[in-house]
Amino acid sequence: MELNNDIKNRWHNSKVLLLAGSAGSFKLLFHAVKNFPADLNKTVIIIIHRKKNFFSEIEKLFAENSRMYLREISDKDKIDSNTIYIAPANYHTLLENEKQFSLDVSEAVWYSKPSIDVTFESAADVFKDKCTAVLLSGANQDGAEGLLKLRNNGSLTIVQDPADAEMKDMPAAAININAADYVLSSNQIFQLLQV
Amino acid sequence: MMNESTDTQGLTPVEIDELVNVVKKIHGFDFSGYSKASLKRRITRIMQLKKLEFYDLKHLLINDAAFFQHFLEEVTVNVTEMFRDPLFYKALNAQVLPYLSTFQHVKIWSAGCSSGEEAYSLAILLREAGLHKKSFIYGTDINTEVLKEAKKGIYSLRKIKSYAENYQYSGLPGTITDHFTILYDAATVQAELKQNTLFSVHNLISDNVFNEFQMISCRNVFIYFESHLQEKILDLFYKSLCPLGFLCLGSKEAIRSDAFKRRFKTVNSKENIYQKIGA
Repeated sequence: MELNNDIKNRWHNSKVLLLAGSAGSFKLLFHAVKNFPADLNKTVIIIIHRKKNFFSEIEKLFAENSRMYLREISDKDKIDSNTIYIAPANYHTLLENEKQFSLDVSEAVWYSKPSIDVTFESAADVFKDKCTAVLLSGANQDGAEGLLKLRNNGSLTIVQDPADAEMKDMPAAAININAADYVLSSNQIFQLLQV
Repeated sequence: MMNESTDTQGLTPVEIDELVNVVKKIHGFDFSGYSKASLKRRITRIMQLKKLEFYDLKHLLINDAAFFQHFLEEVTVNVTEMFRDPLFYKALNAQVLPYLSTFQHVKIWSAGCSSGEEAYSLAILLREAGLHKKSFIYGTDINTEVLKEAKKGIYSLRKIKSYAENYQYSGLPGTITDHFTILYDAATVQAELKQNTLFSVHNLISDNVFNEFQMISCRNVFIYFESHLQEKILDLFYKSLCPLGFLCLGSKEAIRSDAFKRRFKTVNSKENIYQKIGA
């Protein structure tokens, strides 16, 4: 399928890219991180479910393979362009305004902290139509409601085709509530993001 | 989230300001320096749980004192764990306790202690380091209800067991249940640990210095405050610490203000452990 001009234009005009996934999304996220150009001129925010005491090397691995500056979010961090931000484990990541993150340790949502819903809903308030959000493979339904809110607020919302996802539940949940502007395979998503 | 309405607006900033003003004028609690994103989420959550519209909520906040207590509990986040961020406790053990052991008495302030999990984690850490007998832990919070829980020191066994992994990663010997008296599903903090603790109400925003401490731990509280309020409370902490006393913030809460960077030396930049320097 050829990507149409609507999706290309809206992606082009986005200032912020939200990339979110759970089980089965790591390889896709890694591929994207590795291939973003240094001068993407957008802010990339990645939310990936993980265990709280899983002292993973995700940030290190991502940072070593990224041409963009990459950091794990700390409270009240400034939101810069040409930077990849990773939501830290055991916190929810919120957007205070277009320029600032804030963190939150409140209850897990869908057993998840970071929760994709929480960041998506906050981003919907702040970024509205300046935002593209991509929801990838995962085994629960986190992200669906937040993606719908993004869509209602004018963001471009893309969901990985469940047929193409390692874990279908998360993309399927979003599609079920009509949160997706577009349902695309991982290859089409990469093609759009040019990674 | 479940039952979250998907309208495009929700609570507006103006409405949030209105509620903040009501709470300040009538109840004396000042939420104006709170991070707006989190505050909006918390208030929205209360409205959903109680099925309230904005004007219902405002009305209750003005007219119903009991409701306000409930509001206070819900709007302030009381999610906590024992040994949350185990590597922090490991760092304390390695970098701070050897220093504290040189003091004759060690007074510690757990600021924003919620239901006491952090205060008791510190008590356990001090006991394992042999410092418990000469130390005293003050836990404070603005929320009287959670302080009741903290004073009791009784947690469900299921909850305590969920902290077993944290405890293990913190590098302490034995298991977390060693520090509790267990009866059916209730795990009570051992009397010896409770002995040297005191829990009381203190509002970081409006109350003052009340003692001098060798260490202050205020973790995952600053995330709810805007930068200017963080600075105001850093000043309170600075004044509450003895010379070369330690300040511990959450793992994602660094000191950002240049003025305070000069007044605190970084002991551990990953866990945000600082030491007071200067006069």
